Amino acid sequence: MQFLNGITLLLIFQLIGEFGARLLDIPVPGPVVGMLLLFLTLIARRSVAPSLETASGALLGHLSLLFVPAGVGMMIHFERIAGEWLPIAVALLGSTVITMLASALIMAGTSRLFAPGDRQDD
Amino acid sequence: MTDDGIATIWVYLSTTPLLGLTITLVAYGIAYRAYLWSGSNPLLHPVVSAVTLLILFLVGTDTPYEAYFAGGQFVHFLLGPATVALAIPLYQQLPKIRRLWLPVLITLVSGVTIGALSSVALARLFGATLQTQMSLAPKSVTAPVAMGISEQIGGLPSLTAVMVVATGILGAVLGTRLFALLRIRDDSIKGIAMGITAHGIGTARAFQVSPEMGAFSGLAMALSTFTTALILPWLLQWLGWLG
Repeated sequence: MQFLNGITLLLIFQLIGEFGARLLDIPVPGPVVGMLLLFLTLIARRSVAPSLETASGALLGHLSLLFVPAGVGMMIHFERIAGEWLPIAVALLGSTVITMLASALIMAGTSRLFAPGDRQDD
Repeated sequence: MTDDGIATIWVYLSTTPLLGLTITLVAYGIAYRAYLWSGSNPLLHPVVSAVTLLILFLVGTDTPYEAYFAGGQFVHFLLGPATVALAIPLYQQLPKIRRLWLPVLITLVSGVTIGALSSVALARLFGATLQTQMSLAPKSVTAPVAMGISEQIGGLPSLTAVMVVATGILGAVLGTRLFALLRIRDDSIKGIAMGITAHGIGTARAFQVSPEMGAFSGLAMALSTFTTALILPWLLQWLGWLG
């Protein structure tokens, strides 16, 4: 019953999120709006119901699985990927490394600047 | 059983969602066990091997992607509630988020901009078509959102989904090595960089490192989704890169 209650709550928040995003015409997907609403609700209630912990643990435990069907979509783009493999490979690899390094360095620099005493290293 | 009988059963199965759903779970089960068995070798990332197994199976049996996705969509759908569920680990890190909100905000806006522009610039430089460039631009945000943005800026949503998954895997595999190179040990910093770069797949990896890194990665993933959806179309238009 815990899991069922938890997943029901998650779906209700997702539904409210979808509804709100469309109603207010904001270009952000419903689940993201739902997540922010649930986050605000948890802050207001100051606790997490065990049912929500059960359901979120189950979903987030194998988050990778949920990306598999989209990944299989690669099969309908074989030709394009084969034809443009070099720019695609360079852009994916280069941009991933650049973004990861830049974000980590900016976060490290700004947290040293604005939140001193919070870092565990150096 | 005759060949004809098997063919009839196959025709029936390939039109129901049951097959697509079952093979997705079976392929992931095999892929995940292989990953654990290899001692978490990044080259055997479960998404990579599951996708490879499924494509080999579908191409081998001459099954179109649409028929597969009739079942695969039930797994794909769970991305929605899973995104909502990220609110829970996020809430558990609330005190730390309160202290770090300014660094997080600055990193987020610059990271999102660097991520989108570097991918489009590199793709342009190496001669990708405009449609491919636009399909790459939102690659660092979670699949359903990236697909929406891609459509808005003139990319191919289904190609974007593939780029998103590839980026996630690259980020998950390279992230911890890059952080070691930079000597970054703070889980909040690692989590933020992972979430901005590699969305849900990176976040899944971050949760394996620590709940704190997972929560920060989830936070960065959620906020960068908002940020990207709001600034990317405008940024590309302003640069005149929309074509």
